[in-house]
Amino acid sequence: MKILVAVKRVIDYNVQIRVKEDGSGVVTDNVKMSTNPPDDNAIEEAVKIKEAGKAKEIVAITIGEEKAQETVRKALAVGADRGIHVKVDNVIEPLAVSKILKKIVEKENPDLVFMGKQAIDDDCNQTGQMLAALLNWPQATFASKIEVKDNALEVTREIDEGLETIEVNVPAIVTCDLRLNEPRYASLPNIMKAKKKPIEQINASDLGVDINPRIEQIKVEEPPKRKAGIKVASVEELVQKLKNEAKVI
Amino acid sequence: MSVLLIAEHNNKEVRPFTYNAITAASQINEDLHVLVLGHQADEVAKSLSEVPSVKKVIHVDNEIYENYIAENYTSAIIKHAENYSHIVSSANTFGKNLMPRIAALLDTSQVSDIIKVISEDTFLRPIYAGNAFATVKSNDKKKCVTIRPTSFDPADKSGGSAEITKSDPAEASSSTKFLKKEEVKSDRPELGTARIVISGGRGMQNGENFKLISDIADKLNAAIGASRAAVDAGYITNDHQVGQTGKVVVPDLYIAVGISGAIQHLAGMKESKVIVAINKDGEAPIFSVADYGLEADLFEALPQFLSELNKLNTIQK
Repeated sequence: MKILVAVKRVIDYNVQIRVKEDGSGVVTDNVKMSTNPPDDNAIEEAVKIKEAGKAKEIVAITIGEEKAQETVRKALAVGADRGIHVKVDNVIEPLAVSKILKKIVEKENPDLVFMGKQAIDDDCNQTGQMLAALLNWPQATFASKIEVKDNALEVTREIDEGLETIEVNVPAIVTCDLRLNEPRYASLPNIMKAKKKPIEQINASDLGVDINPRIEQIKVEEPPKRKAGIKVASVEELVQKLKNEAKVI
Repeated sequence: MSVLLIAEHNNKEVRPFTYNAITAASQINEDLHVLVLGHQADEVAKSLSEVPSVKKVIHVDNEIYENYIAENYTSAIIKHAENYSHIVSSANTFGKNLMPRIAALLDTSQVSDIIKVISEDTFLRPIYAGNAFATVKSNDKKKCVTIRPTSFDPADKSGGSAEITKSDPAEASSSTKFLKKEEVKSDRPELGTARIVISGGRGMQNGENFKLISDIADKLNAAIGASRAAVDAGYITNDHQVGQTGKVVVPDLYIAVGISGAIQHLAGMKESKVIVAINKDGEAPIFSVADYGLEADLFEALPQFLSELNKLNTIQK
């Protein structure tokens, strides 16, 4: 089997987000960037499947500006075999991302495509499902367990009511939840080795897909702030406040 | 043109967030139709026809809709989509799984998880775990929108009498098979709609200690939540997780116990009306959003909290 794993470069999850004063977006200059956390789970799962002898090749792909390559390089350091970087200059919407991925899937013919269930920047949670639709492939979203069978996957999904298990025939798209596995750290020798692995660069404009935005971002603003509360000295005081001041119990 | 809302239900009952989605959908356009895809879900169609803001219910009954197979749902929804300007569902795991599949086939850029309807094409949505709010305008002809249920009040449930029309099923997918659902049954209120939520974090130390939380939940008729750390550590099941990648809750009272307050957790609870934090680390970020903070060892504070609650003779249910 061949697995394509899509990874996205986002503002690191630990960074305190700051909104730009002109309302045009959030501050990204001189801000720490990392791989979108559940995308790390997607890479890890692909590597585990390969280590179990059930996959032959893992290709990591990212779409973004020049520096987005870092996320592919990191994927190569934890076990992907080669990388693809589709260059775009601006932020593009999940629909455009899925159209680009579809082109790459048609070229690479993977059996599985893995990615995180949601990017922590735009919080859209769309790309995997959209790609599955465009390819007319089955989708297994929010995966917390994957079992590889003959030409099928048994996937446990995290849903609001608990867990759901479905079986999808290969080829399939899986979007990964944070509890799918524990992503490994790249060892220094593997980071060195990853520098020699190939990353193919493709210009999005050469793929012949419409990636123009359909959604206009009118403004980005800070959410309303909560006003500061108080510290109470004791449990008794807390219960009295909840009863007599906040009147919620 | 009209709005089509995709109902979420378990074939017997309407799932509560569908009513919140109805409110949002009818703010987009009053000519709101609801699509019920289900198996022997006549009661669901009937309940929805009684919602005053619903103008029409389209009911498709077939065994292929017994479970939420997104592939099967999508082909049925696409069949009806041409008559509508907007397709709408809740932004919970149901709608998140389903809507992008529909949007891609309609060649529409989906607007996810809106918290406010500004106009037919303009919406407010949180980004970066709620650390910024974006006002976005969709320029697609047909719009696919998921709504954050806790940002809209549930619609009135009775008094209406919308027409119910039956429609034929669409093709079923042969490549996806439902195997099982492990639903955690509880007599407690649902986390997403509970008036009071009490959540535990890593500070609980193990699953057994969650008994301290559940005792208080029983007393307050509260739902139980958890931080991702507590779920990852196996203290409690995933359906309790509150946060950016879990559930978003907006109760009247949210009690965070042994939760430090990572931004990913705050994303799921900081809109709560009253927030209480109990944590032994006075510097924990959770205190920055708490109305009432108690710096204390939770293993002492929780039993005391229960006994103080027991002394009160009136607890609002």
